[in-house]
Amino acid sequence: MRKTLLAAGAALLLAAGPAAAQQKTIKIGFISTFSGPVAVIGNDMRNSFELALDHLGRKMGGIPVEVIYEDDGFKPEVGKQKTDKLIESDKVDFITGYIWSNVLLASLKSAVDSKTFLITANAGPSQLAGELCSPYVFSSSWNNDQTPQSVGLYMNQKGVKSVFLIGPNYAAGKDMLAGVASTFKGKVVGQELTKWPDQLDFSAELAKAKDANPDAVFVFYPGRAGVQFLTQYAQAGLKGKIPLYTAFTIDELSLPLQKDLALGVPGAQQWVNDLPNDANKKFVADYRKKYNSRPSFYGAQSYDAAMLINSAVVATKGNLSDKNAVRRALEKADFKSVRGNFKFGPNHVPIQNFYLQDVVKDGNEFVLKTTATIVKDFQDVHHAKCKMPAN
Amino acid sequence: MTLFIEQCLNGLQFGLLLFMLAAGLTLVFGIMDLVNLAHGSLYMIGAYFAATFTAWTGSFLLGVAIALGGTLLVGMAVEVIVMRRLYGRDHLDHVLATFGLILFFDESVRLIWGPAGLSLPLPSWLNAPVQILPGIYYSAYKLSIIIVSLAVAAGLYFLVMRTRIGMLIRAGASNREMVGALGVNIKLLYTLVFGLGAALAGLAGLMQAPILTVQIGMGEIIIILAFVITVIGGIGSIRGAFVAAIFVGLIDTLGRSYFTDLIRLAFSKETAATAAPALSSMLIYLLMAVVLVVRPEGLFSAGQK
Amino acid sequence: MKGWLNARNVFIAIVLVALTLLPVYAGITGDRFVVTLFTRIIILAIAATSLNLILGYGGMMSFGHAAYLGIGGYAVGIFAHEGIYSGFIQWPVALIMSALFALVIGALSLRTRGVYFIMITLAFAQMAYYVVAGLARYGGDDGLTIYKRSDFAGLVNLSNKTFFYYFCLIVLYACIYIVWRLVNSRFGLVIQGVRSNETRMRAIGFPTYRYRLVCFVIAGTMCGLAGALVANHTDFVSPAMMYWTRSGDLIVMVVLGGMGSLFGPLFGAVALLVLEEVLSGVTEYWQIILGPLLLLVVLFARGGIDGLLGKVRHA
Repeated sequence: MRKTLLAAGAALLLAAGPAAAQQKTIKIGFISTFSGPVAVIGNDMRNSFELALDHLGRKMGGIPVEVIYEDDGFKPEVGKQKTDKLIESDKVDFITGYIWSNVLLASLKSAVDSKTFLITANAGPSQLAGELCSPYVFSSSWNNDQTPQSVGLYMNQKGVKSVFLIGPNYAAGKDMLAGVASTFKGKVVGQELTKWPDQLDFSAELAKAKDANPDAVFVFYPGRAGVQFLTQYAQAGLKGKIPLYTAFTIDELSLPLQKDLALGVPGAQQWVNDLPNDANKKFVADYRKKYNSRPSFYGAQSYDAAMLINSAVVATKGNLSDKNAVRRALEKADFKSVRGNFKFGPNHVPIQNFYLQDVVKDGNEFVLKTTATIVKDFQDVHHAKCKMPAN
Repeated sequence: MTLFIEQCLNGLQFGLLLFMLAAGLTLVFGIMDLVNLAHGSLYMIGAYFAATFTAWTGSFLLGVAIALGGTLLVGMAVEVIVMRRLYGRDHLDHVLATFGLILFFDESVRLIWGPAGLSLPLPSWLNAPVQILPGIYYSAYKLSIIIVSLAVAAGLYFLVMRTRIGMLIRAGASNREMVGALGVNIKLLYTLVFGLGAALAGLAGLMQAPILTVQIGMGEIIIILAFVITVIGGIGSIRGAFVAAIFVGLIDTLGRSYFTDLIRLAFSKETAATAAPALSSMLIYLLMAVVLVVRPEGLFSAGQK
Repeated sequence: MKGWLNARNVFIAIVLVALTLLPVYAGITGDRFVVTLFTRIIILAIAATSLNLILGYGGMMSFGHAAYLGIGGYAVGIFAHEGIYSGFIQWPVALIMSALFALVIGALSLRTRGVYFIMITLAFAQMAYYVVAGLARYGGDDGLTIYKRSDFAGLVNLSNKTFFYYFCLIVLYACIYIVWRLVNSRFGLVIQGVRSNETRMRAIGFPTYRYRLVCFVIAGTMCGLAGALVANHTDFVSPAMMYWTRSGDLIVMVVLGGMGSLFGPLFGAVALLVLEEVLSGVTEYWQIILGPLLLLVVLFARGGIDGLLGKVRHA
């Protein structure tokens, strides 16, 4: 009897042996938009991710890394299809990227059902911080509300009494406008949601804003639409007449096109390129050297995502089959983020500072400068709705 | 009131843009009996050429002029290489073949210019508001779109109604066999007509480029509207295309803003924002369906078949 | 027996056997993705088969067929969103709504001919697209995730990948059988007769409008069933399923495979989607090949794959 047990035990050990072994490669899937006018965002994210891998020597925990980039074409159904392909066909260990909240929401079920770890490097729909939170989903960016909420707080600080809100009609747009309204103490005199992404002509909405005569206008238009909006804001004669407050509309990518239209237009962000920590200084300097342009917050978040994944691989010594261990390692977030201190809330959304960014002219260039900290250690408001399942 | 006038102008501008796209389509359809789904690709090529040549030459006007010429040449080349083999065939064949052309053009553009799309910045003299009525400002560029489109429409009218070529075009639209039988060089006529249509499509594409977009697939989005206008106006009729296009442009623009307000009276802002553009688009298709059921030849048919 | 052994029938047999044995292959090689890919192919083959009924056999060029995929899909999606997961409710509604939509569109469109018919079917499909895109409650353009697949009181488990594959395959075979019976019946002969010469059929005394309408409704309903399957397959529906370019894709499948042939739509679906998978691995610009290929098929190989097979004569 004992001999049999011993033999059985030995056999079990032998069987368990290979299972605890390391992977041959770490496969990471990256979903972003590489076509159309917003491709500039996808490229920035890819560049930053690649830079992070360079800094890591293209290895995580000594294991070579392979990244597969897929284009969601700015469409939820395509993003979902590509997510499915990455999970089922390429069998990736981690999946990251995701610029758009609607693409992320469409792809979420596939990742969660297959227990594939998903780190969103931009999209932050509120459902993700709340009822749809999952042990397999993490964010290296923020929750959609947090940034506009900071803008709302800033507008209070500036004594703004009434605001007109304009944004695109999709998951993130709605979150943004709701975010401002939730912290802003004054009156919201009007709100317009435009068709996204087709509608690039905002003359109707601007006319309505002019009619309402608010103290300020708040706008959220990522990518090329941000350029169009500022152009049309000036063309409608509003620039200089009604102050504009923004979130995600002016960044290092759109600024070269917006130029002096963006002067004097403040925005909020959790990362600005002049944050004074070592990791950030290295990131920005090397990015400028390699790509001859400035990284945006999209890139900073992608860089952090790579470092976050790396920290988990190192902590679990490359044994990714133990999902609980990987999760715990991710939750620890034991890496040097380019935004300084980085910690997760219980819903896997970061608790972080938000800074005020202003546009200034530096010689011939237009750059973003951090002018103040609006709020410290800001946590999203949805975490109470998150009932994190065990697995 | 200001808002209404501005919206009317926007609707007019959009309608005129659509007219230029639809004019080429209806001519080709009416005269050569050719269903060309790839007409939207010429629209896209016009925009891409304009963005590229403006960047090369540094001058907006020069870039636009070269782009127009380029699109004309591409159009004529397509006619000679592909379209000639499709004349006389079933409409299904046209649809399939030109669908294949769309795929080819989209991918070629992607190959040559990359997937990211281009931008066409406005020269500063066009990038300012103009006071058209006391207190009412309108974008100088959009105003110029309206003026140029009206000039082109007038030019087309003159061409079709008062010149010999125009007479041949009208004759071909009414009875193409007869025109051929009368000894007119039909092949050349067809190539010229197709080229003209291509140039008009390219013009529409490059005019909207600075304010809207230069990206792959931009043709597919708008070509359906152009077909709808062609059908409502009457196949082969430029006058019909003009009236129908203005109509559609106004419905789309005014519909979007006023439907939003209407729906908001009873429903949430979000519901209104999602439903309104859908509703105004639906209205356009409903209009076409009604026209097809009541008067299938369209409002101003050219008389063919 | 001799008449059966020609290139076309051998090819059909090979394809059918391969499809039936696919999950076994997947089980052996561990490549589960191929089952997902072919489930999608089979579902689209069902849609293409339904289109072939009206396009290939009936000569009715509908450019709005993808609308039924959307209607069937959203029937499942909307119910699931509201918490009703029973397939016994969802699927009949999907079929009935598709049938009704086909009835209304058909009644109005079949009074027109040629390019007008194409345009009006397109218009109605776009209207359906905009209706669905305008429903904020069901996601609008962002689409709707389906968290639980259709439940048939535990009789079938659609969440099991292999089972779902065979389920779809059986539905496909059933649909092809239905088309075969229809086409070879009196009804089918009338439909095909109308395609070649409607005046003659009317002269003989057939109420051609009524026959075509019935055919149209059957095709729409079958496609609605495909839509319900799509919703269960991808766990996601969005208005994009119904956009006019998707109708174009279905037409391409039918023509590529061979219009008016029983297995043509299946060949077309397999060819198009496998080509897409294979070519996109080779170059990301694969559509530059597909475009001209389509052109060449139209110009020179009008009978599609089925036509080419028919040309292969035994030596």
